[in-house]
Amino acid sequence: MFETITFYTLGGLVLLFALLVVSTRNTVHAILFLVIDFLAVALLYASMNSMFVAAIQVLVYAGGIVVLYLFVVMLVNHKRPPEEHADPNRRNWVGAAMTAAVLGELVVIGVYASLRPAAVSASTTTIGYVEETAMVLYTDYLIPFEVASVLLLVAMIGAIVLARREL
Amino acid sequence: MDPITPTHYMLLAAALFMIGVFGVVTRRNIIIIFMSIELILNAVNINLMAFSLQWGNSIGQVFVLFVIAVAAAEAAVGLGIILAMYRNKETINIDEMNVLKW
Repeated sequence: MFETITFYTLGGLVLLFALLVVSTRNTVHAILFLVIDFLAVALLYASMNSMFVAAIQVLVYAGGIVVLYLFVVMLVNHKRPPEEHADPNRRNWVGAAMTAAVLGELVVIGVYASLRPAAVSASTTTIGYVEETAMVLYTDYLIPFEVASVLLLVAMIGAIVLARREL
Repeated sequence: MDPITPTHYMLLAAALFMIGVFGVVTRRNIIIIFMSIELILNAVNINLMAFSLQWGNSIGQVFVLFVIAVAAAEAAVGLGIILAMYRNKETINIDEMNVLKW
């Protein structure tokens, strides 16, 4: 019962603030809504007993990426709001209709899948603990882990090169 | 009320994913488009976590960490590109970023 209430509350918050992110006119407000959305997703992870991923979500998304977005918004000076210069060939309702159609398809697939006999749910209760995750990460997925660190290094150098004044 | 199954998480993730896609295809502010991409990646992460919980397997959580790392790299490079673009074109409107359009 408590789990159900938690899921619906957090799910509602996630969807509400996601809608506010894509619909608000003010970019800074959108970033603040994005922070709340990320925190709600982190709470959702915490309600799934995955404290480590919840902490990483807060640290990396709400702490790091959002600060990066705020810096860019402060650096990019809004002389004129970008939404006012519409391309006359743009058809927003086509995009809205296509997303609604794909959402309907995904919901149908989900409901159909839930009507089939449920898969065996494992009884392991240690899933989500940092020991389990670290054991898999540092044994089976050691090479992807190192590749991810190289990717982050490349992205850091690339961002520095791109953001230099004389490009 | 019914207990929460992975299907509930899948439907939530599908809705969040389509909200992100809606933002990508309908907004013109490139910063908001990047934020919509972050929403899409979050939807994928919710799915991975739900399946990890259902099957009692930690690999899903490991992949969530990889997705978060790639999202951080994507945000850094993407925002660098936005800055370079803004310095050259004085705009963050994607309808005006059409130098490659024929």
